[in-house]
Parts: sequence; C-alpha cells; structure tokens
Amino acid sequence: MDRGTWTVKSGLAQMLKGGVIMDVVTVEHAKIAEEAGACAVMALERVPADIRAAGGVARMADPAVIVAIMEEVSIPVMAKCRIGHFVEAQVLEALGVDFVDESEVLTPADESHHIWKHDFKVPFVCGCRDLGEALRRIAEGAAMIRTKGEAGTGNIVEAVRHMRAVMDEIRKIQSMTTDELMAEAKALGAPLELVLEVHKTGGLPVVNFAAGGVATPADAALMMQLGAEGVFVGSGIFKASDPEVRARAIVKATTHYRDPEIIAEVSKGLGVGMPGVDIKTIPQEELLAPRGW
Amino acid sequence: MLTGGTRAKKIGVLAQQGDFSEHIALLRRLDVEAFPVRLAKELEGLDGLVIPGGESSTMGKLMKEYDLTEPVRGLAKEGFPILGTCAGMILLAKRVSGLNLEPLGAMDIEVRRNAFGRQVDSFETDLEIPVIGEPPFRGVFIRAPFIERAGDAVEILARLPNGMGVAARQGNMVALAFHPELTNDPRLHAYFLSIVHGGR
Repeated sequence: MDRGTWTVKSGLAQMLKGGVIMDVVTVEHAKIAEEAGACAVMALERVPADIRAAGGVARMADPAVIVAIMEEVSIPVMAKCRIGHFVEAQVLEALGVDFVDESEVLTPADESHHIWKHDFKVPFVCGCRDLGEALRRIAEGAAMIRTKGEAGTGNIVEAVRHMRAVMDEIRKIQSMTTDELMAEAKALGAPLELVLEVHKTGGLPVVNFAAGGVATPADAALMMQLGAEGVFVGSGIFKASDPEVRARAIVKATTHYRDPEIIAEVSKGLGVGMPGVDIKTIPQEELLAPRGW
Repeated sequence: MLTGGTRAKKIGVLAQQGDFSEHIALLRRLDVEAFPVRLAKELEGLDGLVIPGGESSTMGKLMKEYDLTEPVRGLAKEGFPILGTCAGMILLAKRVSGLNLEPLGAMDIEVRRNAFGRQVDSFETDLEIPVIGEPPFRGVFIRAPFIERAGDAVEILARLPNGMGVAARQGNMVALAFHPELTNDPRLHAYFLSIVHGGR
C-alpha cells in the first residue's frame, strides 16, 4: 500500500470538484456547513474579514479548534499555514487534517521561499494570481490551486481578474507553436515541463478553485463559468445575516452554475450579504493577494 | 464497441458534485455517449448511470433537493445498470455507518464511510479482480469506504489482502470503493459497459 502518492493527493482535490469549501471558526459553523452541503470545511480561528480587521500577525489556528472541528464533521477538513512555514504544515499534518492551505491570508513566514510540498503526505492547496504563480506552486508540490482573489472583502473583482489571467494564459499557451514555449516558460517564470503539459492538455495539471471575494450564489456561478472547478467561500457565509440559507444557495448555484433559472431561484430572500469593501480603498500594504510570488 | 446499425449507448454520470468529468472522459474513450446528469429529466433515455466519486453527503443532499433520489431508486429496482465509485458505492448501499443521510439502499451491502481513516491514510495498491483478469488493477483509495457486510445476492469482485471487500456486483449494479476513473485503465468501465450491453 502506497500512501501520500501524487495520485492520492491530487485525487482528493478531484473529489472536491463542483463543490463549495467553507471557512468555519466553530464547531457550530462546521455543522451548518456540512448540513448545507459543503464538500469540505476550512478550520480557522477567524474568518479573513476578521483577520483583516484585527491586523497584527495572523498565524495557524489553535490545534484545539482544528481538532474539535475534525471530530464534529465527516467531510474533509482543511487548515491554513503561513507561506513558507513548514513547521506549521508539519503540525497540521500531524493533527491529521485532510488538506493544508499555504495561504496568503495569514502573515507570510518567509518572503523568498514557499514550502517544498513534495516532502509531505498531506496534500496542499496554494493561491495564485496568474499561470506562472500556479505552475511554480505545482512544481513545489501543490496538489490543488485556487485563484487568490482578495480575501475578506466580499468583492469578487480580484477573483475574476486572477481567474481570467490564468485561463487567458492557458489559451495562449495552447495556441503557441512548440518552439515558442521555452521563451514563454522564461517569461512566466514557470518550469518548462509544466508549460509543455499545459500546451498539450489545455488545462492545469491539478484542480483549480476560485477564492477571495465570493459572497453570493451568482458570484460562485460566475467563477465556475469563468473556468473554476469549485469555490472557496470565506467570510461570505458567516458574515451574512442568514449563513444557513446562504450556504445552501451557494452550494446549489455551484452545481447548477450554467442554469440561470436555478441561480435566480436560490438567490431569492437570502437576507443581507456581508458588507463589501472597494479594493481601491485598501492601502497597498494591506492587500493580501500580493503576498507570495 | 459500436457495431453496424446499433446506436451508441448513452451513459449518464451524476454531476451534483465530484469527479464526474473524469468518468465522462473515460467512458467516451470506450465509444459510448456520456454526459452529466444534474436534473431528473436528464435521466430519460439513458442506458446506464454512473455515480462518481466526491463527497457522498453533498451528492446525497443535492440529489434529494433536485428530486433525483426516488427516480434513481426506481431505476435500481428495475434492474437498471448503475456503476458507483467511492461516494457512489456509499450512496448505493443499504446501510452506511458515518453518513448523516439515508443512502439509496439499492444494493444489499453495508458500508463504512472513511473506513481507512483520514486523507493521510489514503493509498493506492494493486488489486486482483478475477472478472477483468490479469494484470492486477491499480486501486486508488481516497478517504475510501469498504464493505462490512454483503447479502447473498451480492458477488464480491475484489478484496484487499486482509479480506475487506472493496468491489461488488448485484444484478446490473457495480460498486467500487476505489477510483478507476483516476487511472488510465478502462477495464472496469468496459466491464460495466458489458453489463449495459446485456452480456455478463
């Protein structure tokens, strides 16, 4: 029996496709998320909107919080570690979490190096803003990618920008001739082998979700139609007035993302969504997406 | 395979959530029409149905919300060919330990969910499966279930070395605890299609 193989790690991400991964900070949240049909939960001490408001250094959650959530739900439990903080990742692996998110939402521990994720049996998901960043993370061993968006804003604009950037670059590489790919790999700062694979298959070698700013069922379906294979919802659910109803609606809109009648139906009477933030009003140094490279 | 005069078989793959596109891609290599099924009306005119891998609780809830549970139960009762992989096996079972909803109860098997532990315990291993012959099949087990008990009408198609049942057939239904759709090996899908075509 071979554990922690690439097939098994990237395979779990494939099982999550078409689903919604919800940020939860308590056992009660986790129960609501599972009941609403989340395909996994992200166990946190604070949702990104609160991390943003609190400032200071954001670290891995208290293992007691993570374990309590793992014991409560039967769906996969993810948890975040800081970029480059491989010991936080070791701790999360030791706790038995199902997926580690090396996340820009937490304060980076290393401004030069991400974690060498091939060393772990637990799979990792990493954020990206463009194809080059996605392929660098995959080369380091990420078994799943998510576009970063701008977490904790309830504003979809950055998620759209990042998903469009990734998909546009994939289409561009697909249409190139082989002799153009080395220069493109250099320009992207991505390994040639992965650029060759994208050229051949017309897609990323791992599953790609959208994250950072999803607040409504229509936001989720928008990201799916743009090419996401599933969505992460952070603050968008538990910062809304009726988390239960909104969570169910976002799950349904993600499955039926090409069916406007269903999206319309599930969007009715959701109550007040999370208060959004105009990205332009956020000081440059407080943006999360530029963290990592 | 297509033969002169007969139309290609139509296989629906439940697409509430999970790795349905991997099943569709593999089935299309075997010369059948395969497409996603999200609503009950899309079950019409099918020759076979696949319930893919994914989160069984998510899939089960969405099947219920969009009125697929009873029609799929009805198909199973009529002897309709159904293949379930991992979450699909869980949903086909009569009883499931560790699931917060009622499964379809289509097959006389009792299944334990997340039976091997968490993701760090997920594994791949070679399986001897007599109905497809040699060489062994690469079984990919991801937070996988296994069969705790099977009724007399159920044929166990494969076991792990410790004796746990991980593949079963009952009538025209096949349940697998692992993911043939994550391999490049089409033999188990071809086996299912032989059932769809009426052979054994």
